Amino acid sequence: MKSKKINLQSKSNSILLLEDGSFYRGRSFGAKKTEIGELVFHTGHSGYQEVLTDPSYRKQIIVFTAPHIGNQGFHPDDWESKACWASGAVMRNVVDAGFHWRRRQSLEAFLTEAKVPALIGPDTRRLVLKLRSSGNMWAVISTETANIKELEKHFDHKLSMEGLSLVREVSTKTSYTWVTKSVNLMADHVEARSSKGGRCVVMDFGVKRQILRYLLDSGFEEVIVVPSRTSADEIMSLSPDALLLSNGPGDPAAEKEIVAEVQKLLGRFPIFGICLGHQILALALGLQTYKLKFGHHGANHPVKNLHRDFVEISSQNHGFAVLPASSKPEIEMTYINLNDQSLAGFRHKGLNVCGIQFHPESSPGPIDSAKLFEYFHENNWEEAFG
Amino acid sequence: MPRRNDIKKILVIGSGPIQIGQACEFDYSGTQALRALRAEGYTTVLVNSNPATIMTDPSMADRTYIEPLTAEFVEKIIERERPDAILPTLGGQVALNLTMELARHGVFETYKVEVLGARIPSIDIAEDREKFRTMLAENSLPFCRSRVIRTQAEGIAAAEEIGFPMILRPSFTLGGTGGGAVYNREELAEKLTDALRASPVSEVLLEESIAGWKEVEYEIMADRKGQVVVVCTIENLDPMGIHTGDSITVAPIQTLTDKEHQRLREACKIIARGVGIETGGCNIQFALDPQSERWVVVEMNPRVSRSSALASKATGFPIAKMAALLAVGYSLDELQNDITKKTPASFEPALDYVVVKIPRFTFEKFQQSEPLLGTQMKSVGEVMALGRSFKEALMKALYSLELSHQGLELPKDWHSQDLSLAVIRATRYDRLYLIAELFRRGESLEAIHQATSIDPWFLVQIKELIEQERNLASKSMPKLQPEELFDAKVNGFSDLSIAKLLSTTESKVSQLRKKWGIESSLNQVDTCAGEFEALTPYYYFAYEKYPEESLVKVGRSSSALGTKPESVIILGSGPNRIGQGIEFDYSCVKAVQSVNALGYESVMVNCNPETVSTDYDISTRLYFEPLLWETLKRIIDEESKRSRIKGIICQTGGQTALRLSQEIRGVNILGTSSASIDRAEDRSKFESLLKKLKLKRPKGVNVRNLSELKRACRQLGYPVLVRPSYVLGGRAMHIVYSDQQLEKISLEIESAPAEHWPILVDRFLEDAIEVDVDCIGDGKDVIVTAVMEHIEEAGIHSGDSSCTLPPVTLTNAVIEKIHKLSVKIAKELKLCGFMNIQVALHKNEIYILEVNPRASRTIPFVCKATGSDWVSVGIKAILGQSFKAQSVKQPDLYPKKGQAIAVKQVVFPFLKFPGVDVLLGPEMRSTGEIMAVGGDFFEAFAKGLLASHHRLPKVGTAFVSVKDSDKSKIIDLCVKLKDLGFRIIATHGTAEFLRRADVVSSGVNKVKEGQPHIVDAIINMEIDMVINTTDGESAISDSFSIRRSALQAGLPYFTTLTAARAAVSSLERWIRGDLGVKALQDYFPTKRVNQKPSKRLEPKLPKKQMKLRQAKA
Repeated sequence: MKSKKINLQSKSNSILLLEDGSFYRGRSFGAKKTEIGELVFHTGHSGYQEVLTDPSYRKQIIVFTAPHIGNQGFHPDDWESKACWASGAVMRNVVDAGFHWRRRQSLEAFLTEAKVPALIGPDTRRLVLKLRSSGNMWAVISTETANIKELEKHFDHKLSMEGLSLVREVSTKTSYTWVTKSVNLMADHVEARSSKGGRCVVMDFGVKRQILRYLLDSGFEEVIVVPSRTSADEIMSLSPDALLLSNGPGDPAAEKEIVAEVQKLLGRFPIFGICLGHQILALALGLQTYKLKFGHHGANHPVKNLHRDFVEISSQNHGFAVLPASSKPEIEMTYINLNDQSLAGFRHKGLNVCGIQFHPESSPGPIDSAKLFEYFHENNWEEAFG
Repeated sequence: MPRRNDIKKILVIGSGPIQIGQACEFDYSGTQALRALRAEGYTTVLVNSNPATIMTDPSMADRTYIEPLTAEFVEKIIERERPDAILPTLGGQVALNLTMELARHGVFETYKVEVLGARIPSIDIAEDREKFRTMLAENSLPFCRSRVIRTQAEGIAAAEEIGFPMILRPSFTLGGTGGGAVYNREELAEKLTDALRASPVSEVLLEESIAGWKEVEYEIMADRKGQVVVVCTIENLDPMGIHTGDSITVAPIQTLTDKEHQRLREACKIIARGVGIETGGCNIQFALDPQSERWVVVEMNPRVSRSSALASKATGFPIAKMAALLAVGYSLDELQNDITKKTPASFEPALDYVVVKIPRFTFEKFQQSEPLLGTQMKSVGEVMALGRSFKEALMKALYSLELSHQGLELPKDWHSQDLSLAVIRATRYDRLYLIAELFRRGESLEAIHQATSIDPWFLVQIKELIEQERNLASKSMPKLQPEELFDAKVNGFSDLSIAKLLSTTESKVSQLRKKWGIESSLNQVDTCAGEFEALTPYYYFAYEKYPEESLVKVGRSSSALGTKPESVIILGSGPNRIGQGIEFDYSCVKAVQSVNALGYESVMVNCNPETVSTDYDISTRLYFEPLLWETLKRIIDEESKRSRIKGIICQTGGQTALRLSQEIRGVNILGTSSASIDRAEDRSKFESLLKKLKLKRPKGVNVRNLSELKRACRQLGYPVLVRPSYVLGGRAMHIVYSDQQLEKISLEIESAPAEHWPILVDRFLEDAIEVDVDCIGDGKDVIVTAVMEHIEEAGIHSGDSSCTLPPVTLTNAVIEKIHKLSVKIAKELKLCGFMNIQVALHKNEIYILEVNPRASRTIPFVCKATGSDWVSVGIKAILGQSFKAQSVKQPDLYPKKGQAIAVKQVVFPFLKFPGVDVLLGPEMRSTGEIMAVGGDFFEAFAKGLLASHHRLPKVGTAFVSVKDSDKSKIIDLCVKLKDLGFRIIATHGTAEFLRRADVVSSGVNKVKEGQPHIVDAIINMEIDMVINTTDGESAISDSFSIRRSALQAGLPYFTTLTAARAAVSSLERWIRGDLGVKALQDYFPTKRVNQKPSKRLEPKLPKKQMKLRQAKA
């Protein structure tokens, strides 16, 4: 007997349509909307709150590989920014018993308020296997219509993360001073090792709040967050003791203006770049960046501190990476990613800059590398990198 | 830090006989470690007393010692082998304790042996409660507030510090007598008096109560560099208060936020450093207040544990292998993830599925004991299931348990009972089903959460499953919508369950599902949630409602070559239980290896995470699935895409596989035909078989209901033996001595499911010798591989008896007779594969008791005691190679002069079940076995006693109280004891009898004769050994407290005269002479069959009958 696949979802008006023409149906969740974005998968077991509020996911549709998302609802303390910046989310199951002691809101309410559409039920594993073999793809997520013909129009023009400048969309419009240290569950991972205080300026490319909290925890007296378009002169006028270039979305190579400003600041004070900030720092030093096949998004990536010959498990979220250049011996590799040997950190001793591709602030993910904030504050990278 | 070259020879310590709390997971870890160490080129020496393990197969280590796991014997082995290092972290608590003892005796210094894996001071910190707490306090890690107090005043003062509620735990009491929770000062004052009185040392531990808190476990790996990774996190569905081994557990943790999880992960790193864990796997347990951010460290195990085995199977990360490699010098980043072969081992597995483990209990065998769970582990086995949601994994795990009720159905014995919230407040082992039933009856989630403290995240899903069940039950087949069927399958309902709810048949549901194209998809366990390509052939099925086409690549299949390879499916034996344990996994693994060696692809199906058979690199492909016809069908579909299925082997998976074989259609069952199996298993068909062969069995009749049973008892005359059909481990078998006793068991018998009828009632043969016979057939010829004589008389379950190979009291004529009749039965059944026969020798007549047409519990013992790989011979026969073609001949079964003797002895879990009598009977209750080999029977038996945890005294007082019929037989035994220097105490009747025989003994009161009585003497440690035989109901209940207190005092006790006689002579042997040690490879020096799979393998010749030489003293 030849069996016929029945179309169970004829009634469904929710769909995830991939640029290769394949699609997944599911149950609609969150906002009623149609959005487009680059499809990426996140392999962490926990941390959906932090992921969904991480500005680096701008213009991306996040596929969660963990089978259950939303178990603890939402709590403002776990937010990494004030909103959800992703284009959409795809989850296998959502079970929210409304019980967790920290829960203030359900995942669904959060997504609805954040105006982000989500799909529940697709075979997320098959999606991941597809992205793994064919690389990142763009997709349309819709919780309003399942009209494929109509949705296909979104692919009429070529979509690519390469060349896409997104920092401005997520960066703060005005400067502000960050005043809260880590509380409760995140306290005591980073500690002030001296009373030297100091002022740290943070260029906000889409900064995660835990970076700001750790800066205060590490002993900076003042943390000033400035918009991504702040000029070198303006930053100089704040007379910072240190500068942090934050994480953020999009292609670093598309942020030429920022790179140019950063270039002017090299050598003036210690600079620490995280994720996109690290890539921008690399570009400012004349290195190149490139797009990874399907990026690194998860909380289990082993990176090795080459000086200490020691593995740390890191939180990662990036689609681009820095290409190491043997022609620049003054730029020293500090970390490599052990999964694919890609560059995970570098520094330039002479200019006192340090870039880290992964997320020492974790949130979500392991806190193995949080001490980097202490080294940064102490201006003492020797302890980490010799 | 690469492999160490300064070490050449490593001693690995196993964990001994299977006990509750320490089971076959350590065979899995030890086996994996041995394979890893050998692959690295080290010479391995193994010591383990448990013959049922794969690790003690002589192909696993270079030198295999099946010897008692005591300091005395291990030191002898060290002296003989002179290993450079010892690896104690893979053999559970037994190995760890033994290592500590050897260290205390200075053995490692004397022989210059390095301890790998854990340093002695680290073990000490982790194991010593006070030291561990000091370490936690130094690192500002929280733990439960507690104080040890010795007076009332101290207690009241301590309460200020600890706060209420509080738990009182009197020290050194068993089963928690005198303990309990107190909620206020008054209650404390009241209960403290009792608690102090209950403790023999007047000492009580006051502890902050964290009952109801969430319990989670972290499985971590650490290396010499201090690198730490969390391999797996596990959440207990049952809150604190229930031993984690008895809890339903879920991986990864589901109800913690990332910040909570990371905080615990950090704590793991600090604890690993604080304890000083150098390398390897360890397990850390935490408790969390579900209402606040408070949490505490509960404990840590500085070794590979039961949870490590679960974590390995749950994630694909081979913890034991990695632990072994780290111990010999590697660091995590130097090792590869075995599953992806590309990424390093220094990572944390990501799961895109949910894993549920459910323990399996056997309270039905210990009916006098309350079926409640607590801090002491009670379960005897477990199942694991993988699904793409909690519901799917939970339901699959429930089906894997192989209980008579399916999924969340209410067990039959609850049908007529009242059910209320009060019932689930108690931590009953079957609570999950009662929760489901209360949902069925409309109880609210809130109320159930209040009663059980189970996180609502789990409860809400159980409730949804019940709602779905209700919805299905309201439908009929024609009205069922595809979506509803799909939803049921996505949530893990089996076709059979759905059929029951729709009042139709399983096959109709399957057909409908096929018609609608509702089928599960194949998923790979890849450690990385699909991020990297995995090469490991470790699979599970899950239903996807919103699918795309499958992209899974098939690992290790040679389908790319154009022609499909031929495969053989081997059914595993499911969860361990009493009567079906590790012995079956031994046969399954050996079967897989033989299938591989013959050039076939082996396909393993099993759901038991503790086993070697479910390790990812044993079979060509592994399906981690429940042993149901529904899943087997799916596996057959999947397999036929990539191989030509030669057939299914159902003989090595115990009763589980045998039962499943009855349902198999469309695929060849290899070996003995189903019809033959039925002829042996079905009581009435079996009877006609014997009649046809003119073989005797004890006079008996088959009965089909209770009144027939009663009539039969009267006809046959008491005592009778009552045996249901198709049972495991003598389940529900009874020796009945009277009408009253029959009345007592009638309820249990009446409720026996249909498959267990007819029930056979036999005249019970008193004082008969029982003999176990193992044979194999190739469809034509039959080989009897072993004749084993039981030490205990017939009527005691064969699994609970000690036995000896070769026999020691049977004459050659009897052995020949037994041989001939075994061949007769085997030929009649056209035996192809394995069979076990039990016979009784009664007044020179041989009676057939039972025939099991499959590999039996005795196989691993026989293989090791004879030095022959009979499993491989049998599997080759099943796959079509005749004995002739294999050049295998019948071994000599007669004992020879100078031949070494192997004995099997068993261990019981009685200590874990308060209120249970230790007397043996026809229902099996032992959990594990040991083997001991000696130059003569008594040397072997003495070693066996030591190996099975008997603390044998060299001097002291023996208490003797025997039934009248035994009295005349104990004189020589008592004389021998006196000669050895023992003092004898006897009950007045026995003492008087001894006095008349000129044996001096002192009398002591029976319990009913008033204090001071014998139990007082036992408690006061005035007795060193107990010999107590009894019969008749009132005598049995009178002497119950004697046996129970002997058990609790840890005294060796013997409840049959045969065992007592063997023990006393063995004691003499032990006291008078040195007991030797010897490796299996020295008993059987010829090179054994190579394990490596190869296309063409020379047919293996089992050695002629074992030529055991006496151990060098």
